Amino acid sequence: MLRLLVALCLIAGSVLANDAGLVALPPLAARVTDLTATLSADQRTRLEEELAAVEKEKGTQLAVLILPSTQPESIEQFGIRLAEAWKIGRRGVNDGAIIIVAKDDHRMRIEVGYGLEGAIPDAVAKRVIAEIMTPQFKQGDYAGGLDQAVQALAGIVAGEPLPPPKPGAGSAGSGPADSHFVFLVGSILLAGFLRALLGLGGIAVAALVAGWFAWTIFASWLAVAAAAAITLVVGLMAGAGRGWSRGSPSSGGGFWSSSGGSSSGGGFSGGGGSFGGGGASGGW
Amino acid sequence: MRVRLVALFLVLSTLLAGCGYNQIQINDEAVNAAWSEVLNQYKRRADLIPNLVSVVQGYAAHEKEVLTKVTEARASVAGMKATPELVNDEAAFAKFQKAQGELSGALARLLVVSENYPQLKADANFRELQAQLEGTENRIAVARNRYIKGVQDYNISVRTFPNSLTAMAMGWKTKANFTVEDEKAVATPPTIRFDAPAGK
Repeated sequence: MLRLLVALCLIAGSVLANDAGLVALPPLAARVTDLTATLSADQRTRLEEELAAVEKEKGTQLAVLILPSTQPESIEQFGIRLAEAWKIGRRGVNDGAIIIVAKDDHRMRIEVGYGLEGAIPDAVAKRVIAEIMTPQFKQGDYAGGLDQAVQALAGIVAGEPLPPPKPGAGSAGSGPADSHFVFLVGSILLAGFLRALLGLGGIAVAALVAGWFAWTIFASWLAVAAAAAITLVVGLMAGAGRGWSRGSPSSGGGFWSSSGGSSSGGGFSGGGGSFGGGGASGGW
Repeated sequence: MRVRLVALFLVLSTLLAGCGYNQIQINDEAVNAAWSEVLNQYKRRADLIPNLVSVVQGYAAHEKEVLTKVTEARASVAGMKATPELVNDEAAFAKFQKAQGELSGALARLLVVSENYPQLKADANFRELQAQLEGTENRIAVARNRYIKGVQDYNISVRTFPNSLTAMAMGWKTKANFTVEDEKAVATPPTIRFDAPAGK
């Protein structure tokens, strides 16, 4: 018991230590995120249009972040943290890249996803930084430097054979929502099956099983509670007669919102691409 | 009646899997994958070194000591058997880590020395190799971080109750992790001195 308490304290301590003092990751709402008000509205729109055009043509997602500073982390550490959170690029293709500019640190980085490491090897990313961005940034022309860097990257990506973009590119990936749906249908079927076998007790068992599966899949107590509750409600409603098909979507609302958030509509979100620390950094 | 018993058995066996057997397997495989990625990136770095050494030699041939150190460190890394089993052997793991650490140190010295050779720094080949080396070092850092997290998950799943009972019964032990003795140094960015002599 004592050991358990100590372990719990240690875990809590490490979690707190991890969060302490690091720059908070800005939410991904648009292709260009400017936390320093460096770009004018016009420049921002222009940049976003260029980035959107790349995604429309090739499916590749590019994003830009300008922030004051990444201290106490280096821009590389911050970059991979950001990339893991934003998940720019298509799932499976991993063709995303993020240009990060830490204005007060005078550091910039191009974070390149796994799928683009062939098209944009580190040496090429370094050249974009050293030969295009650095000279412009030195003169204070951030918009111009970013604009030309994006054009250069777009040109490089244009030559890379990648799977064709899906119609309506730019919308969110549907991966997590799909797994939720499959999971929900599965637990409802299980509830019906066990109810037929075991009567009302079967529903309780199904709820337990659904809760346990929810734990293994989502690893959150909220999901467990939601899954068990939904299965119970659906199972009981199925017993009460008709109407459970109307009941389940509304009761699923809380479950969805707990880990969804990808259906923000009109906004920009990452497609689920992964990063491995590729790219290059530089300063000016 | 029999049908109910079968159904109950199925449900119970599913719940028993909740004693952690599957979770430990999943975490174990995740650690293996993360470790392979670490090896992969270390390999990538080792592959860059011959080219780098030969380029530096072209401009700074008399920096023999530094060049030899890098070559030796690389040879000792290449001589080690970097297998997935390494993660289950504390001593071999520590040795592997030490060898890679020595190579990192030797490479860092090489790059510091190269700062003194403007022609070398202007060489397109060298700049490209340097960019690749920087990128690879960063990939190593990322891969090591992911390995550290993977081992943490695995060790937690082996040591917490009730999984610990399963692990004890099956003889699974915790896995070796990177000791981050230089964590402080890694976490703080280097201070840049602007009063340094303007030799560049």
